[in-house]
Amino acid sequence: MMTDDIDLSASFGSAWFPWPVFTASGCASSGKELAQFFPLREIGAVVTKSISIKARSGRPTPRMAETPSGMLNSIGLQGPGIDSFLENDIPWLVAQNTRIIVSISGETVDEFSVLARRLRSVRGICAVEVNISCPNVENRGLVFACDPEASRSVIEGVRRTLGGDLPIIAKLSPDVTDIVHIARGVVDAGADGLSLINTLLGMVINTDTLRPHLAGKTGGLSGPAIRPVAVRAVYQVHAALPEVPIVGMGGVRSGRDAFEMILAGASAVAVGTASFGNPRALLDIQNELKSLLKEKGFSSLKEAVGFAHRVDRTQREVKG
Amino acid sequence: MMASTINKRAEQIDVTVLSNKRIGAYHQILLNIGELVLHCHPGNFVAISVGDKTSSMVLRRAFAISRVSHRGEYGGTLELIVAPHGSGSRWLCEQGEGATVNIVAPLGTAFGIPTNPAQALLIGGGYGSAPLFGLAEVLKSRGCRVDMILGASTSNKIYAPIEGKRSVNSLKIFTEDGSTGILGKVTDPLPSLIAEGVVDVIYSCGPMGMLSAISAIAQSSQVVHQCAVEESMACGIGICMTCVIPVVDATGVISMLRTCIEGPVMDGSTVQWDLVGKVV
Repeated sequence: MMTDDIDLSASFGSAWFPWPVFTASGCASSGKELAQFFPLREIGAVVTKSISIKARSGRPTPRMAETPSGMLNSIGLQGPGIDSFLENDIPWLVAQNTRIIVSISGETVDEFSVLARRLRSVRGICAVEVNISCPNVENRGLVFACDPEASRSVIEGVRRTLGGDLPIIAKLSPDVTDIVHIARGVVDAGADGLSLINTLLGMVINTDTLRPHLAGKTGGLSGPAIRPVAVRAVYQVHAALPEVPIVGMGGVRSGRDAFEMILAGASAVAVGTASFGNPRALLDIQNELKSLLKEKGFSSLKEAVGFAHRVDRTQREVKG
Repeated sequence: MMASTINKRAEQIDVTVLSNKRIGAYHQILLNIGELVLHCHPGNFVAISVGDKTSSMVLRRAFAISRVSHRGEYGGTLELIVAPHGSGSRWLCEQGEGATVNIVAPLGTAFGIPTNPAQALLIGGGYGSAPLFGLAEVLKSRGCRVDMILGASTSNKIYAPIEGKRSVNSLKIFTEDGSTGILGKVTDPLPSLIAEGVVDVIYSCGPMGMLSAISAIAQSSQVVHQCAVEESMACGIGICMTCVIPVVDATGVISMLRTCIEGPVMDGSTVQWDLVGKVV
């Protein structure tokens, strides 16, 4: 095996990515800020902040609280809206020569389809991530990913609108009883891949003010604290749907953590909160992952996907 | 600031702690940052990671750059004044001479410097005074008159180094308990100073309540108010969207702007102080 020739590529439907580390939606804005620290073309893909039809100002502050090995956020999908996004952010991203996955977020099933229609003819987009699992909405009934029927309806609508071309990646919530059931539903409805996991709904109460710390009261928990939950979700879904590619995310902050996601069944890994602490986290993680794969004797990333599931390990000598 | 030039000068580097001294309730920490000082201006801030790579504190801490020196014994140095309030700032205050810390700097907007000599009033609350001394030096070198008003709840929370006092024409200190200087608040003398016409521009740094009160007083005058705002940040580089405050533009539209990118220095008259912490 040529030492530098390890194949780290990942595929989601017809979309091919030369590298396996992506930005996690909502943790890289639309890429410009991180581009100061590394060239975006050197990572697998930029997954944009979730875009809504109209501009949204989001939730009031305080919007964040650091928690042990993690943080709560309560942004509430602040963003410029699809018009401004397509006019300003997409052309810039296309010029960076990186792969672009646009994340979309609607308040109704229909809104997702409207957003999909706007993206259908946009050049330079590799895939659409359908965010049906943002926890920072006023009405928990709006978290589509908590309801199997609602999840299916959204993905069906987006698939119908997009036609067969652009791959769809559905982003799911871990705050459900049976994530495999939800995953199966959205795959049946036309999703080509899955993003696992969105943040967990959490809360911090300020013991000085005696009130919830976040203005929005609850927020999404992210960071290394949730990594075991993410690994579990990826593992369970990969066991049930081994042919469906997964973007694994939730607390990944080192190459070791990314490798763990891959072993659980992820084909690619997204990095979110780690970028807040280390602007170069994506590249660092990607390089560390490459070294680890080589060190453990894998000749490609694909070979390691779901490796932890394989019962008969005697056929292969695992180094290290 | 154009989006394509976001933090154009910022770099992420490991730097050495040159000294760490206790001053009143604060720590004065000197970092050796080399040529990065050339791009640091009063108002800019630095984001520092706390703990090691496996730290349970996953977010950077933002600190205003107090002062930079281009020609110290060790080359370019950056000074921070840190209040050991939370677990992250306590960790930083425990880092002694020779320790290594990882910084991202310089970040954010800087105080605008008048093109012609002006009468500047610098107002600092608590350790918010720290970046004002570096600013005072710049303003003096441009021929401005620099008056300073500092305030805090009590005397040991006033940060006013002796060498810093040299760069101002006058310094007044207010404490809420009267333990040093004048009993009262920094805003007390403001209406009469503005009325006398001895202030062209106000530069302020301190708690949001103080900045808001200054804005309210300055609003009815021609005085420009540049304030360094404070909202809790997770990243400092514009990607987390947590540090936003409501700001109105020329067309009357209110947007939630990131104080790490569009701030921390903002035009006080555009900040919608009564909407901070509310839905816009």
